[in-house]
Parts: sequence; C-alpha cells; structure tokens
Amino acid sequence: MNKFLRINDLKVHFPTDDGVVKAVDGLTFDLAKGTTLGIVGESGSGKSVTSLAIMGLHRGSRAKVSGEIWLDDIDLLKTTDEEIRAMRGRKMAMIFQDPLSAMHPYYTIGQQLTEAIRVHHHVSKKAAKVTVVDMLARVGIPSPDKRFDQYPHEFSGGMRQRAMIAMALINNPELLIADEPTTALDVTVQAQILDLMRDLQKEFGSAIIMITHDLGVVAEIADDVLVMYGGKCVEYAEVDDAFHAPDHPYTWGLMTSMPRLDRTRLERLVPVAGNPPSLINIPPGCAFHPRCTFREFASAPCDQVVPELVQSYPKHDSRCLIPAPKRAELFAEQIAPRL
Amino acid sequence: MFYYILRRLASVVVMVFLITATTFALFFASPIDPARYTCGKNCTPTILEGNRKALGYDQPATVQYGKFLAGLVVGREFPDNEQLKADHPEQIVKCPAPCLGYSPSQHRTINEMVSEAWPISLSIAVGAFILWMLIGVGGGIVAALNKGKWQDRTIVGTALIGFSLPTFFVGLVLLTFPAIKWGWVPIPKYVGFTENPALWAANLILPWITLAFFFAASYVRLTRAYMIETLSEDYIRTANAKGVAKWAVIFKHGLRAVLTPIVTAAGLDLGGLLGGAIITESVFSLHGLGYLAVHSVTTMDLPTIVAMVMIVSTFIVVANMLVDIAYGFIDPRVKLAK
Amino acid sequence: MSLLTVTDLRKHFPTYQQKLVRVEGAPIKAVDGLSLSLNAGETLGLVGESGCGKSTAGRTILRLLEPTSGTIEFEDKDVTHATGSELAHLRRQMQMVFQDPYGSLNPRHPIGAIIAAPFLIQGIKPEGGTKRAVQELMERVGLNPEHYNRYPHEFSGGQRQRIGVARAIALKPKLVVCDEPVSALDVSIQAQVINLLEDIQQEQNLAYVFIAHDLSVVRHISDRVMVMYLGKVMEVADRDALYERPMHPYTQALMSAVPVPEPRRDRERILLTGDLPSPQNPPSGCVFRTRCPIATERCAAEVPMPTELEPGHLVACHYPTVRQVI
Repeated sequence: MNKFLRINDLKVHFPTDDGVVKAVDGLTFDLAKGTTLGIVGESGSGKSVTSLAIMGLHRGSRAKVSGEIWLDDIDLLKTTDEEIRAMRGRKMAMIFQDPLSAMHPYYTIGQQLTEAIRVHHHVSKKAAKVTVVDMLARVGIPSPDKRFDQYPHEFSGGMRQRAMIAMALINNPELLIADEPTTALDVTVQAQILDLMRDLQKEFGSAIIMITHDLGVVAEIADDVLVMYGGKCVEYAEVDDAFHAPDHPYTWGLMTSMPRLDRTRLERLVPVAGNPPSLINIPPGCAFHPRCTFREFASAPCDQVVPELVQSYPKHDSRCLIPAPKRAELFAEQIAPRL
Repeated sequence: MFYYILRRLASVVVMVFLITATTFALFFASPIDPARYTCGKNCTPTILEGNRKALGYDQPATVQYGKFLAGLVVGREFPDNEQLKADHPEQIVKCPAPCLGYSPSQHRTINEMVSEAWPISLSIAVGAFILWMLIGVGGGIVAALNKGKWQDRTIVGTALIGFSLPTFFVGLVLLTFPAIKWGWVPIPKYVGFTENPALWAANLILPWITLAFFFAASYVRLTRAYMIETLSEDYIRTANAKGVAKWAVIFKHGLRAVLTPIVTAAGLDLGGLLGGAIITESVFSLHGLGYLAVHSVTTMDLPTIVAMVMIVSTFIVVANMLVDIAYGFIDPRVKLAK
Repeated sequence: MSLLTVTDLRKHFPTYQQKLVRVEGAPIKAVDGLSLSLNAGETLGLVGESGCGKSTAGRTILRLLEPTSGTIEFEDKDVTHATGSELAHLRRQMQMVFQDPYGSLNPRHPIGAIIAAPFLIQGIKPEGGTKRAVQELMERVGLNPEHYNRYPHEFSGGQRQRIGVARAIALKPKLVVCDEPVSALDVSIQAQVINLLEDIQQEQNLAYVFIAHDLSVVRHISDRVMVMYLGKVMEVADRDALYERPMHPYTQALMSAVPVPEPRRDRERILLTGDLPSPQNPPSGCVFRTRCPIATERCAAEVPMPTELEPGHLVACHYPTVRQVI
C-alpha cells in the first residue's frame, strides 16, 4: 500500500567539537493520509530534529542527514534546495511550540499569513486577504478582519496558536507537523486546540505528525504511536496497543511514572531511574540499558548488542533484547497492576 | 504617544536650560576675564573697562544669564548701551533671536559664525553617516551570513583595525597620500552643495572616509552580533518553514528586526556628530562646528564656548528624544506610555 | 492548632497611566480573597490556569510580596506584617522551591555555597560544621556529596531541582511552598522529584502548599485541593472529594479538558468559550461567569461566597452540581 510519507533509516548527525551528536540514528516509519502519528519522547530523544529533517530545515547547517524521506514518491533528501523550499508551507507545513516567539513581532498576523499565501501563489494582496480572513474565522478567531491588522503580542496564547495553525494550513498542505503545539498553553486552551486540529484534519484530510511528551495528548489524538529514545525508535504501534499492551521497558517506565488524572495512585510513582542520555555519548548497546530494570531478562548482553526494531505483533514493533513472550509476561505481572 | 512626545519635549527644554545654566556658571567660575580678549596687544585698562561695561560683563551673573536667555527668545543687541544706541546707531550690532551671543575676540555675533560653520559639519556628518551605514551594516550582514568562514574573519579583522586606528592618524594618512602626494582628490576645502555638488562631494570624500572608517567598524560588529542572534530566533525558523525564499528571510524577516537597535545607535551617533567632528575637521582644516569649538577653547572665547556647549548638547538631547520616539514606531510591542 | 491560617488574603498590583502626569489606573487583582488553613504534614494543592493568581498567592503567603489586605497566621501568631528579626525567624520555618531549575540557582555560585546560604544568612552554625550539613543534605536529596564544588550548569534539570529542594529544607522548615516544582522537567524525571518531595515530607512532617497547573500531579500528591480562577477561590475540598465529585463548573471544565492516557474514551468535554478576562477589570459578581456554560443574571449581580456543601468541601457558585467528568 502506498503510504503518503515513508521514512527509511533516517539519520541526523551533528559534528561538534566534543564529538558527533547522533540526534536521530536510524528511524523508520510511515504515515497515511488522514491519519495522525504521535511521536513521543523526552528532551534529547530526537523528535524535533526528525521533524526539521522532514521539512529540510537542516540544510545549510552542519547537520549530516542520510537515509530516505519519501513524500508521495519524491525523496525529499534528494531534492534541490529550491524544490524543497517550494514544498515547505505548501505541501508540508509545521507549527511550533511557542507561538509568541515563532511569529515575527514586527509584522501583523495578516501580513504574516498573507506572506504564507503569496510565497506560493501569484495572487494580489487583496485576494490573499480574503483567504486569510476566511481561514482565521475557520480556526475560531472572532472578529477576523479586525484581528488581521493586529500584532502577535496583542493576541492571547490560545488565539496565537490558532493563528499559527491557520498560517500552516492556509495552503492546504498534505502533511502537517505539530511540534509540541500545546505544551505552552493552558489545559482548557489545549483541549480547544486539539479539537480544532482533529476537525481540520477531517476537513482537509491531511496527515499529521504530533510531537509531544504528553501521553494524554497522544492518546487523544493519535492513531499510531512512535516512542523515541536516544535518537532511535523503541516502540511503534497503533494507539490502542501502545496504551493497553506496551511492549518496551521505557514505555512502561513512562506509564508507571506518570500520575493519572483518573485514578489516585495509592503507591509511590515508579520513576525511570537515571537521566536521559547524552546524544554525544550514547550508551553502548541498547541506549536505554543503564536505566532499565529488566536487564537480567535479556537474551543477549544489553550493554554490547544494539537491539533491532523487530515486529513482535501485527503492526507493533519494539526494539528490545528481552524475548517478546518474556516481555508480555513481565508486563502482565509487574506493570499492568500498577497502571 | 501624544502625551509621551509632549513630556519629552518638556524634558528637552528643561535639560537644555540646565545645561546652559551649568555652562554659564562655569563661565563665571573661570578666573579668566572675558573682556581680556576683546582687544589685542594695545589694551589699556580703560579700554578694557569700557569693553567690559559695553558687553555687560560687569553685571552680576544672574543678570547676564537672564539677558542671555532673553536673547535666545527675542534677540539682542551689542553693546547693550542705550546711550550708544541713541548716538551711534551704526555701531550697534544686531543679533536676532535665537541670539547665541557675541564673540569678543572675533567681533562677530556667534550666530554668524555658527551659520557659516554649520553647513560644513552637516555635510561631513550626513555623508559619513551614509557611508558608514552602508559599509558597516552591509559588512555586518555578510559577516553574519558567513559566520566562521574567511569572509567573516576578514571583515571582523578589518573592522578591528578600523576601530583601533585613531581618527587623526587615518585622516592624516588620507590627507597626505590620496590628496597631497597622489592628487586623486583635491585637498579638502569646503564648497557648498548648492554651488557645485560634484566638487562638494570630491572635497568631502576624504573626511567622509576618515569618519566612516571608525564608525563602520563598530557598526560591523553591532550588526553582525544582532544578525547572528536574530537569525537564531524562532520566527526565522517559521519563515523558513513557510517556504519563504532565502533572501527574503534574511532581509524581510531578519534585517527588519536588526534595524531597530541599529537605527537607535545610529541616531545617537549622528546626533553627536552633527555637533561637529573635532578631530576630522582639524586635520582637514574644514571650519565646521567642531573647528569652531576647538578654536573657541584655544582663544578662551567664553561666550562661544557656552554657545557651542549648548548647541552640541541640544543636538544630542534632541537626537535622544527622536530615537526614543522612533522606537515606538518601529517596534509595535513598545508602549511608550509608562 | 493549624500550622498556617490565611484569611481573606488580597494582593493587588497598582498600575499607572501616563498622561501628562502619572495617574493611577485600575489595580491588577492578582489574589482577591483567599482563605485557607493547613496543618502540619499536610499538602494543599493549589491549581488553576495562567493568570489565576496561584503563584502570587504562594509568594504572598511567604511574605515575598507584601499583602494588600488580609491576614496570615503561622502557628497561631499573626505574621502579616512581621518585620526585622521576627520576619527573619519566620523565614526559617517557611521556605520555597521554585519552578525554573535554570533560573533559580545563581550560575556563579557552586552548589555547596547555594545550599549553605540559608545557614549563613540566618547565622546558624550546624553541629559538625556547615559543610558537613550541606553534604548530608545533598545525600538526602540524591546528589553526590563530592559534587559540592560544582556549578549549576554542570547538572541536569532534575538534579538542579534537587539542589533547590536541598536549599529549601536546609533549615528544617515546617512549611514549604512548591511553585510548579516539576513543570519544567522531563516526564521520567518528574516522578523522581515528586517521590523525593513526598519522602522528605514524611520524614520531617512538612506541610506543603503545592502550586501546579497539572491536575494529575496534584491528584497524586495533595491531601486537599484548592481551585483558583482570576484571583478567587472557586472550590476547595479533600482530594478524593474534589476529583470524584467536583461541584463547580470551572473545576468540571478544567478536569474534562485534561487529556488522559487512555485512547478512545468517550469523555464528556465541557468547553469554555471566550478568553480569560483581564485581572484589571474582572467581571462583576462571579468572575467566572463570562465563560461559564450555566451562568445567569444572578451570577453577574451577586458574588458567590464559598459555601460548605459537604463537610470540608467549599464551593463558590450559585448553581453547584455534582458532575463526574473524569
């Protein structure tokens, strides 16, 4: 089946004076139109770097990007700078975490959205304005013609993020990448924004990559989940499986360490010991091994052998040296009761 | 905004008032007798006394200051002597408002001297300004875009040299070689812009380069630093993500943000320079306000010193105010009402 | 005896308008009538969204900001206007852990000095020397005591937050206000710091005022929870009562908005309309009425006072109804 977006063995390495930072080290996944992939990871997992690589925003920097990124049968990594620039904001678009710093403080919202149109289409400013006002209304901004002439700092946080979404979707892109779009927002506003994104996806049929560290957000909006750790994918599954039958010690760690809104955890939280890995000195073997409590069950030494991403169940991949049946057993005995 | 401008204008007036009062006080604290310079070698005490009375130097400080202020508003006459006015009206020198005073050693009103010197300083300042902004900002942008590469290092290195060489040295080198020895340009002598623009420029090109060398250096570094910082901002990443072309990102998004602090600094520098570039004018013997100021100090021409202090400080204070107001227009986030 | 009693605390920030002369504008009513009581060893969770006044409340209680009106009593002594040595003595007993692990530690001081600072400032010489005491504290919070001379930038976010905790408990206070202590940390680290706070609370019978916007974290750590909106208290209850039987429409909306790691649940979502009003110009009557789905004219005319609808459960609303939204 022809997936809309196919990433194959993506690597993004940054050479620095202290060594090579392997921000993304062999990532493979795909995405169909009209679906949402949630990429979950903490700081230093490589999730943001991945999204920038898809958009081609590492060009001109020191990053070395290798692998394949197929968007609708075009390998993005082989396009020229001009070709990929033409796709940005048109075929694929991105929204960022902090809408205040992500928009130019000196230009009005109207000017910035108009630019988004006119960079890709030959239309007059007047014609563009009509589209912009319409789009602002679509994303739920009241009095859009007045707001057209206002500056980003005159909007509230939620309104700003809506404006950013409007700016990203104004050319009807087929792929939308949202990098922690709601982390900086209040929870009631976050709910509105997530609802908006779901509605717009239904309307436009775009594929969405949602990057977040919030498992709740992933559960709400994603169809598939990809868990990243140390620049690699450690688990990749459909959302129901990911939450009801997680199959990697890191994912277990994330779930048991989170307090939940819907139940009172009677015992202590079980944190993941240690700290996220430094991407310059990724631990040898399995990147997660220094923090893993189940090392003893691995079928090969975790500190020497790098586990491959293996399909353990239909549409469910994991990267772990513990044999799959053993993992299922451990999950049932030790993890599930805690959740 | 309106109230802000009104308040600033009021504070400008107050500041200029304070500055003139302070300078006037220094004038009085000085042990030098201003009347001393009214005549040359053949001075007798009687003549001195007469001059002193005529020019009003015998009166108390407050009276003199009062007359100075009055002169600024309505104009003055020298010598301030009713008798003389009646008997010999042709010997009275009229000094229309704003009257800056009368130079005893030059025997002219300061207004006259300033009106001759002012166009020269203006020409030097504006020309140098345009030159240094183009070189400085342009160089800074190129350096920032090529950070770490040879273009960056060369530009910054040259800027460092430009910054460290004293203006008088650069001026003298330019005067000696391109003007005198090689004859590429005429030896600078002021020709009015309205008389002959080409000649005006040719005469001023060397002082322009002298000043630009120095100022451009600091603007290169300033622009480079701001540009590098701006280019790492999130909104630049967004502009790229929108598919904006590379040059549009640099100029429309990046430079627009950088211009704010640059224009602020430039406004202040220009304001100060309008009061005269002392060293440059001296090196090239161009009799602008800077030259006038120096001359007034060496000849202890106290009224002129007072007037020059007032002019220079007014330029700076007004430039300050204009820059602050401009900031309110350039940056939509700034609310000038505090 | 209640450890901390706060009665009708208000903190208003004056604003000014500049015309030709400075004229006072409408004040920002950051905290506008907060009352609470806290016992030793208890944790009060203070939740709300941005602009609700929870951080301001925390700081005012500790006298980092001067209250505009209201009273603060600590161990039955009125400390609202304490000064001088009385205030200094108070500071030994009430401490704070800050939100930003990057900004709250002076980058120029080695962490040994940072943790030792409370001793030096209060002129206390612990038995066995200050350095010994500091190293014991470092061990207690899970840091290596040999890192005494390292600087903050050499530590991760979670470790820096531990340094902040060590500094806060150095003088063995009775009350610690934690202002969003885990919001800036990675999820896997948050649990470590939460556990640390809980352990220390157990050992030293500390009372916490735990300020956060994350309702899940608050549910885990609090004994009682207070919900704030635009400077006022909307609802206060015991933890389980609040989460299982919220009665205020704002609390319900807040809880219904929090995404839960459980895919495809059919949850009722109560959506709030409109934007947060300005704290300089709060709505008349009930401050929540402009966004409330069930507001009536009465809500505009009359300020709802917190009423005890079940034991220990106060609600400031004219139309409270129990609604399960989680």
